Amino acid sequence: MSKELKPKRRDFLFTATYTIGAVGIGAAIWPLIDQMNPDSSVKALSTTEVDISNVEPGKTITVLWRGKPIFIRRRTKKEIDEAGAVDLKDLKDPEKDSDRAKNPEWLVMVGVCTHLGCVPLDNKGDYNAWFCPCHGSHYDTSGRIRKGPAPTNLEIPKYEFVNNNTIKIG
Amino acid sequence: MSENKYIPKTKLAKWFDSRLPLLSLSHHLKEYPTPKNLNYWWTFGGILTFCLITQIVTGVILGMHYVAHTDHAFESIEHIMRDVNYGWLLRYVHANGASMFFLAVYIHIFRGLFYGSYKAPREVIWIIGVIIYLLMMATAFMGYVLPWGQMSFWGATVITNLFSAIPLVGESITTWLWGGYAVDNPTLTRFYALHYLLPFLIFGLIILHIWALHVPGNNNPTGIDVKKNSNETMPFHPYMVMKDITALLVFIIIFFWFVFFAPNALGHPDNYIEANPLVTPTHIVPEWYLLPFYAILRAIPSKLGGVIFMFAAIFVLVLLPWLDTSKVRSSTFRPLYKKFFWVLVATVILLGYLGAKPPEGIYLVLSRIATAYYFIHFLILLPVLGRYEKTDPLPMSISDPVLDKPGLIDKFKKAAGQYEGENVGSFK
Repeated sequence: MSKELKPKRRDFLFTATYTIGAVGIGAAIWPLIDQMNPDSSVKALSTTEVDISNVEPGKTITVLWRGKPIFIRRRTKKEIDEAGAVDLKDLKDPEKDSDRAKNPEWLVMVGVCTHLGCVPLDNKGDYNAWFCPCHGSHYDTSGRIRKGPAPTNLEIPKYEFVNNNTIKIG
Repeated sequence: MSENKYIPKTKLAKWFDSRLPLLSLSHHLKEYPTPKNLNYWWTFGGILTFCLITQIVTGVILGMHYVAHTDHAFESIEHIMRDVNYGWLLRYVHANGASMFFLAVYIHIFRGLFYGSYKAPREVIWIIGVIIYLLMMATAFMGYVLPWGQMSFWGATVITNLFSAIPLVGESITTWLWGGYAVDNPTLTRFYALHYLLPFLIFGLIILHIWALHVPGNNNPTGIDVKKNSNETMPFHPYMVMKDITALLVFIIIFFWFVFFAPNALGHPDNYIEANPLVTPTHIVPEWYLLPFYAILRAIPSKLGGVIFMFAAIFVLVLLPWLDTSKVRSSTFRPLYKKFFWVLVATVILLGYLGAKPPEGIYLVLSRIATAYYFIHFLILLPVLGRYEKTDPLPMSISDPVLDKPGLIDKFKKAAGQYEGENVGSFK
């Protein structure tokens, strides 16, 4: 018995061959998988500049960035106050409004519901801000999830104010 | 496997068959012994094969005219509908064919559930069937994206986002599936490639499904084992072939009623609006055959939870052969299971109805109850029933339930007596 259980030279060679074979197959398969990731031409479209001089308070414009809608809302005084007054304990995904909007007047968010990717409608829902028609998620005037199945707040993309009238997204 | 061996009649046949036994195979398929009591619920296997072939033939032809590009896809569908000779017919057959395929597969699955066809020794047939069903759903979903209408786009968005619920790697997986940061042209082209590929995988699995079936042979309405090559079986051809064709013709009448008289009844009007990534339709619904699972997804008030339960609803079918602990196959002899079977059918239909309704108020409450019941049926009722249910006595052979009917034997005797009395004399 003990003689059979002891690995032989041949067993070692088999195992080593299988291992090298597995690494080789893995290396051959990786390009077949990675080709599905975003390609260079998709990645190249990574920034968009938006002119915001025509946006009036209480209005939202939607622009396309990397195939996704971006909401740019010029918030009213009332909306900013509402967003700031919320107790963080009431939030599913606690975030201060001041962390979400660098300039409180302008709220820039990815307009994609964090549940399953629909585009929420504005000036709707329980918080009179954003409401997703697909599965009923309600967001507040800071785009934070308040009610419904979405797990997190509407995402804030990377953006900066190039000057007073232009935002660069990405 | 084969009951009576193929004996080649000619030298050429002998030469060929000893090199590639195709003639033996066709002999086996022809002579394959089927229980003589198979009813019309057993004709759906043949109907499903017809459906798959119809989808492949119409699909390959549509592929000659369709353009998989976000700028042209929607237009090319209208081109098929208006310009291509008989394009409207081919597309309507393909689109309604998907629905008919699912109608037939649901009947086929519920027949298996009713008659206990998933039980030993047929577990592998059943599991291959569940995999085929999964591939069918994936194929149908990707096919629905190709016309690039509003429902195509937003259906694709919602379903691919399901994967973003996976912790840690979810976001990378969705990006990988999309080939970008949203559903876009790379997504459309890969869906087209896969939509073309998967039916052929299904075809291969169907061959395995039938192969696995031909090892133990068919189950039957009594659920008891039949003695092969006895007077309890009949050769597949021509007996079952004729029965299958009869059922198929009725099925085709219903199929083409939809194609010719209500071709868009099962579709959604929003899909005749070109995809717009900036506007979500107010009410997104999948095709009818996916609605029960959609209802389960929305019934769970958590993103990851909903996704887990939706996939579990299908995966539980894989475990079914071991969850159902009853040794009796057919629900004909299981008075309690038979009732619960129909409650399950009603639950699935209710879930389908709820999947088409907005997820709020009473609809949400009902979908939670129905979802809970669906899992209770498989995970609690079936294991428990098998242990405590008092089943009816099983017949000794598949002929007994027919011959045991009171008065039947007398009727035969009387008929035989008349025959003797009237005609026997003249033969002499």
